[in-house]
Amino acid sequence: MASREFKDHYREQRIFFNRTIVAGLVVLLMLLSLAARYYYLQVVQHDVFSTLSDRNRMQLQPITPTRGLIYDRNGVLLADNQPTFSLTIVRERVKDMEETLAFLSDLIEIAPEDIESFEKRLHQRRRPYESVTLKTRLNEDEIAKVAVNRHLLAGVEVEADLIRYYPQGEDFAHMLGYVGRISEQELKKVDPANYSGTQYYGKLGVEGHYEELLHGQAGFQTVETDVRGRVLRVLEKVAPTPGADISLNIDTELQKVAVKALDGRKGAVVAIDPKTGGILALVSTPSFDPNLFVTGIDSKTYKELQNSPAIPLFNRALRGQYPPGSTIKPFVGVAGLDTEKVNTGTTVWDPGYYQLKGDERKYRDWKRQGHGWVDLKAAIAQSCDVFFYDLGYRMGVDSMQQYLAQFGFGQLTAYDIDNARDGILPSREWKRGVKGLPWFPGDSINMSIGQGYMLTTPLQLATGMAVLANRGHWVAPRLIKTINEVEVTDVPSPPDMQLHQEWYWDYVIKAMEEVMHGRHGTARGSGRGAEYRMAGKTGTAQVIGIKQGERYDADAIAEEYRDHGLFIGFAPVNNPKIALAVVVENGGGGSSAAAPVARKVFDAYLVGESTKLQAAK
Amino acid sequence: MANGDFLRQLPGAESHFSRRPGLSDIIHIDLPLLGLLLLLIGSGLFVLYSGSGQNLADVKKQGIHFIVALTLMATVAQVDPAVLRRWAPWVFMLGLIGLVAVLLAGADAKGAQRWLKIPGVGVRIQPSEFMKIAVPMMVSWYLADRTLPPSFKHIVGTLIIVAIPAALIIIQPDLGTSILIAASGIFVLLFAGLGLRWIVGFLGAVAALAPIMWFFGMKEYQKQRVLTMLDPEQDPLGAGWNIIQSKTAIGSGGLEGKGWLSGTQSQLDFLPESHTDFIIAVFAEEFGFIGVTVLLTLYLLIILRGLQIAMNGQDTFSRLLAGSLTMTFFVYVFVNMGMVSGILPVVGVPLPLVSYGGTSVLTLMVSFGVLMSIQTHKKMLPR
Repeated sequence: MASREFKDHYREQRIFFNRTIVAGLVVLLMLLSLAARYYYLQVVQHDVFSTLSDRNRMQLQPITPTRGLIYDRNGVLLADNQPTFSLTIVRERVKDMEETLAFLSDLIEIAPEDIESFEKRLHQRRRPYESVTLKTRLNEDEIAKVAVNRHLLAGVEVEADLIRYYPQGEDFAHMLGYVGRISEQELKKVDPANYSGTQYYGKLGVEGHYEELLHGQAGFQTVETDVRGRVLRVLEKVAPTPGADISLNIDTELQKVAVKALDGRKGAVVAIDPKTGGILALVSTPSFDPNLFVTGIDSKTYKELQNSPAIPLFNRALRGQYPPGSTIKPFVGVAGLDTEKVNTGTTVWDPGYYQLKGDERKYRDWKRQGHGWVDLKAAIAQSCDVFFYDLGYRMGVDSMQQYLAQFGFGQLTAYDIDNARDGILPSREWKRGVKGLPWFPGDSINMSIGQGYMLTTPLQLATGMAVLANRGHWVAPRLIKTINEVEVTDVPSPPDMQLHQEWYWDYVIKAMEEVMHGRHGTARGSGRGAEYRMAGKTGTAQVIGIKQGERYDADAIAEEYRDHGLFIGFAPVNNPKIALAVVVENGGGGSSAAAPVARKVFDAYLVGESTKLQAAK
Repeated sequence: MANGDFLRQLPGAESHFSRRPGLSDIIHIDLPLLGLLLLLIGSGLFVLYSGSGQNLADVKKQGIHFIVALTLMATVAQVDPAVLRRWAPWVFMLGLIGLVAVLLAGADAKGAQRWLKIPGVGVRIQPSEFMKIAVPMMVSWYLADRTLPPSFKHIVGTLIIVAIPAALIIIQPDLGTSILIAASGIFVLLFAGLGLRWIVGFLGAVAALAPIMWFFGMKEYQKQRVLTMLDPEQDPLGAGWNIIQSKTAIGSGGLEGKGWLSGTQSQLDFLPESHTDFIIAVFAEEFGFIGVTVLLTLYLLIILRGLQIAMNGQDTFSRLLAGSLTMTFFVYVFVNMGMVSGILPVVGVPLPLVSYGGTSVLTLMVSFGVLMSIQTHKKMLPR
């Protein structure tokens, strides 16, 4: 301090004094403004922030109900829930999704399809902080790898989950259907609250039809979580109601026997207990593994299934529409008796063909040389076409249509089957509407032997068979047997059929018994040596039209154009316990292809393991 | 009480001195200030326990910080202000060297170079913290001998003294500390009687420079902080998260608070930095507006005591320094509580003596040591 300047100490101190007072006031004012700010946040806006704070820490989480199990009639498990571990991600907690996915892909094997499907589902997620599954069915090694790196994987969790599993695999796929990931369209159909935690939805079959029942009622819990979403404690809980366990009328052993009997051929078997309407077997082959669809099928496998020439995804039992061929004859026979167009004494000369007066077209019998003189019983037993050409012509379409409708043709009568086709039961109106043409007498002639426009599904054939076996008494076919171990009764059914004479039934049934056990019965080969009496009818449905004067030669044409073999039947004759329909596509004749399948199924049900199992219960 | 007895024997002593030298003067500790500080430190440790997720280790560490800091305070308090005044230029020079060294060989922490590792010792020091005391000391030293109010030349001189360290800290980059340090220098000018025209002119210049700073001077993250303060909801999961969560914590505390250790925002980790810069949100959540009022009162009393010490300062240097240090302390409180409650942009300023962290505690306690030294080293002479 070389040159000390002049200092007015008094003035300096006065200035300092004033400034300090000002400073004190400024401090006071500004701290008051801070206090005002805190007052605003803590008192004025308290409710707002209180809510925000609660919303922060409390989360309403849905508790997904456990899906109901599906059993067969004997308690064999058909659809199970398997505990698995899934890798899930909560987007809100992930800093960099790309980085996280890349890191996970390095850590464990994640298929590109998994990532693709994950990103799709991430996009259509429903709630904030909802976890989205990236990979299901982690193995222990993968779980360990994720656990070790958990600190690097914010938002990534390994969640225990129940995944649908079908222990019986393909044999039951067409009947049970399957569950798959719920889609946006499906979500629109259901109560969003009830499904808020649900990932799977019944797509087809029993799973689809009984979705609501199997799903159950979602529960909810209010939980306190920390910032990472870890649940610290449960504040409030409404337990979910688990989905109902159901049992079906299906007999697993019988179903397997039917699959085995079809022996890899394309075809279907539907077996019904005529007394209860319970569907004992519902088989369509080839089939697919429903487990592939549960967590999402990869596109390659799906394409393979889709493009397979045998169309395994096609449910032949419910959606396959076949000309019934000669299997329609017993039903037409019932109609002929009841309309009194035929009686027991009516005989027709079959020279091998049938001709209308003034028409040169010949309607051929399958037996070129003809059956000679036949009555109705013989016409059914030997499957004489000419007899039925005559009957059909005389009865006309209206009567046939009316009676066939009462057997359930052309409509869906099953209680709990959604995706079956209606088939076609032609009528004058139908032909005018669809073809724009009037009904010709020739159409009636074709219809009488189950050709022409008429189409039926195996389910319809089996249903009609059951009604006939019941002598007109209707019990709508159904898969369901019990819900939560309570028997399902009072299934709405169409009205019973009333014939003018009760013995008409006996007569037709006797004729069908002849098919199996008679000297000239078309399926006598399959009836031979049985411990019980059965009734049946074979049928052969043409896949391609045989032109006038042309012969059908199975060996000369490609397999896909070969005839479908059909069979309907029931047993035992005097106390029907099982009625069925068998279709073997491109299998050739009904007696050679379909009837043996039916015999195996009958045997299995009536004298096989399955019966012993039933007896033991 | 030998000294006291001696004083009483001096002829006319009673009339010359408004008060007798008490215990405070003998041990060179200002007991009222110490009492207030201990009260603040004590409650701060309780909040820290809660804010750190009930981590006793953190509380113990912070306790050790306080013991060291209190010791340092007491030591500094023993030093006569005249000595501080003599040392001022050298302390300032040492600080500048430190800042340059940080730029050349500093250690990174969260994207900014602030620390200087002293090799061999294993201690990290933060020269910018050191400057929080060195700058007001230097400016006070510079202006103490001038004619006050300061002339244009001395105002410019002061601004240069302030600008050099402020610039060195800005390029670390640490805008928050830089502003605090600049403020501490400016406060000295204000106490020295800076003319009203200057003040108005300065504020005008700041207003004019702000847009220029915005477009040319500020880094992207700094701009983002300002934008976030203005509208935290625009990026609720990113930059806005902290401020939304801290406001939620404060607001949900209500009048009476959720109770100690019961603040859900902090205990469940929704609140980030809950034991450091954002600890006031924990406090506000758990002790409510009543607690905040008590805390603000405590801070007000400390500041008022500081200003009182400044007013009673025996010479210009002491007065300017005490005033500046006190006001800097106030700025800490205001900026921290303002940013956490969403009225100021988020800059890294801790809540003084409550937030976890040794460095700021040491700096603050040293400045209180300086205040105590000024209060307790009055020469028994008429001025």
